Amino acid sequence: MIKIKNLHANIDGKEILKGINLEVKAGEVHAIMGPNGSGKSTLSSVLAGREEFEVTEGSVEFDGKDLLDLAPEDRAREGLFLAFQYPIEIPGVSNINFLKTAINEKRAYLNQEPVSAKEFLGMVKEKSALVELDAKLANRSVNEGFSGGEKKRNEIFQMAMLTPKLAILDETDSGLDIDALRIVANGVNKLKSPNNATIVITHYQRLLDYIIPDFVHVLYDGKIVKSGSKDLALELEEKGYDWIKNESPL
Amino acid sequence: MAYSEDDLKKELKDQEYKYGFTSNIESEVIPKGLNEDVVRLISSKKNEPQWLLDFRLKAFAHWKTMVEKRWAHVSYPEIDFQNISYYSSPKAKKEVSWDEVDPEMKATMDKLGISMDEQKALSGVAVDFVFDSVSVKTSFQDKLQELGVIFCSFSEAVKNHPELVKKYLGTVVPPTDNFYAALNSAVFSDGSFCYIPKGVRCPMELSTYFRINEANTGQFERTLLIADEGSYVSYLEGCTAPSRDENQLHAAVVELISLDGAEIKYSTVQNWYPGDKDGKGGIYNFVTKRGICHNHSKISWTQVETGSAVTWKYPSCILKGDNSIGEFYSVAVTNHYQQADTGTKMIHLGKNTKSTIISKGISAGFSNNSYRGLVQIHKNATNARNFTQCDSLLMSDQCGAHTFPYIEVKNSTAKIEHEATTSKIGEDQLFYCNQRGISTEKAINLIVNGYCKDVLNKLPMEFAVEAQKLLEISLEGSVG
Repeated sequence: MIKIKNLHANIDGKEILKGINLEVKAGEVHAIMGPNGSGKSTLSSVLAGREEFEVTEGSVEFDGKDLLDLAPEDRAREGLFLAFQYPIEIPGVSNINFLKTAINEKRAYLNQEPVSAKEFLGMVKEKSALVELDAKLANRSVNEGFSGGEKKRNEIFQMAMLTPKLAILDETDSGLDIDALRIVANGVNKLKSPNNATIVITHYQRLLDYIIPDFVHVLYDGKIVKSGSKDLALELEEKGYDWIKNESPL
Repeated sequence: MAYSEDDLKKELKDQEYKYGFTSNIESEVIPKGLNEDVVRLISSKKNEPQWLLDFRLKAFAHWKTMVEKRWAHVSYPEIDFQNISYYSSPKAKKEVSWDEVDPEMKATMDKLGISMDEQKALSGVAVDFVFDSVSVKTSFQDKLQELGVIFCSFSEAVKNHPELVKKYLGTVVPPTDNFYAALNSAVFSDGSFCYIPKGVRCPMELSTYFRINEANTGQFERTLLIADEGSYVSYLEGCTAPSRDENQLHAAVVELISLDGAEIKYSTVQNWYPGDKDGKGGIYNFVTKRGICHNHSKISWTQVETGSAVTWKYPSCILKGDNSIGEFYSVAVTNHYQQADTGTKMIHLGKNTKSTIISKGISAGFSNNSYRGLVQIHKNATNARNFTQCDSLLMSDQCGAHTFPYIEVKNSTAKIEHEATTSKIGEDQLFYCNQRGISTEKAINLIVNGYCKDVLNKLPMEFAVEAQKLLEISLEGSVG
């Protein structure tokens, strides 16, 4: 699905990613954990194509294509989805209109017919139920006046509507109470299939009680310093990140 | 396949400025220049009664004593008023029936999306078409007549309803009001007239389409709309002109009279030729629009301004009657080197009068966009209320957005709210859209339309769709 090789990236001349190697296959769930400032959010931004970051070295192959060569919107249309840590508000644009535009842009890119009104409304109904999103929110302006939890649920709702091949959840658990966390995790689990993959970026082990990862990676100072099974997350929770810092050769 | 919004957009952007064509219609144009004889000539060409000639001459005498005020935040070269022709009319005699209309003229109307055939009959919009200076055809006369609604060209009104014209002409915008209103009063050639009788709710949208065709002519039309007691009318106005390298002057006057308990909804989509991307050519749009509200009456102005090289326009309400309501909803877009200074005046004279102002400015390229608004509460206007919201959206680093609110309150019971925001279109918003697969161009459209929604919602349906597409076209390529 995605092969990241020796990825280096700068922002304002400062190197944040210092050689990331990661391969995620279809059907897998990978968790990336790490302390503040280790480069977790940078990694998701670079993969999604934020312009402020400059890739200085390395390659990313996504579903056989050179991801770094694609414009951000084409990465999305190819099936890369980023659930934002801080979802953006777009006043006056209804969620529905936003998603319909997004879906039709993707369909046009893939040479498919635009979605019919009936089909679209059916999808909205089905997918909003998945994340227990109030139907009213679907008609409100994108994220405007949403609570923190509603914004995160809205991200997963959008993900469900856009059916990505690879979803990256950037700190989706931050700011969620335990009920909202369960709802969001349920949504993600229900969307899981042998054909798609998920990268979960998180600080805490807590989310991984609900979304069970196949692999856990620890990111520290711009590199993946440790990889393992889900037990690694538990070990981290117990010993703290200092354990990694001390073990790290740096 | 059904005609979709995308088709409409494609159609609208067929050329850089779709309405930039000229029609090959023989016209009678009087020589350039302005003096008293020209004023007399215009009046005689239209076989006007003496009182109207006197009105013109008085206005002209006053105009000669005036100097053009330059307080608006726009700059343009001195206009040579002797280098403009003040009257142009299609040569063919005015037709009696639709079948006899010059085919070339029909083709023009078709291009503009105005066909007076069944299609329009279905959409239920009565149209008056003002080509250069002359009103060509008004549709749906019979149906309107049944209700006693008068909707015709200004000249016809002078001929057939002189008592109404005489009673109301110049009562809201006196000929001495300002430089361009005085000029218009002297040389106006035609325009639209509308009268809604007592208690009648006009069943269809009334629409006037203004078109400048001839080069080197000015367009000076006059609209007079009277809603008698307890009546209602929704009125639409559209404007286009050919693309030319020279600047052309458009100085219109619109007067609305909303008598006791009446309501007028006046919507404009102004798409005069804005000049090319280097600022060459385009229309100077200097327009005086004002309405007066009597007791319990209402006037609502909605405007979408995307065209013109320079716009100077303040649709206003004089809230004379008690419990009257004035509203102003505006979207003004400027791109390239366009300049707009637009806003409103809400003059509260009566008790319990209310006004609402929502202004959305969008500036792109090297353009300048100003909101200028006056809220005036006079001393007898107890419990007057105003709410003003004026927002500016910047699309580039070189454009300007300015806000000049004036508030004058002489009654302590007044409640005035003013909110203003200025924002630059957000990188974060664009990236968020990109990440969902939406191209930057489409994302801008979404964001801009969302930003203007409060105003676009006030437009009648078919106008709203057109306005939305015009916004998209006006802003094409403005970010990035």
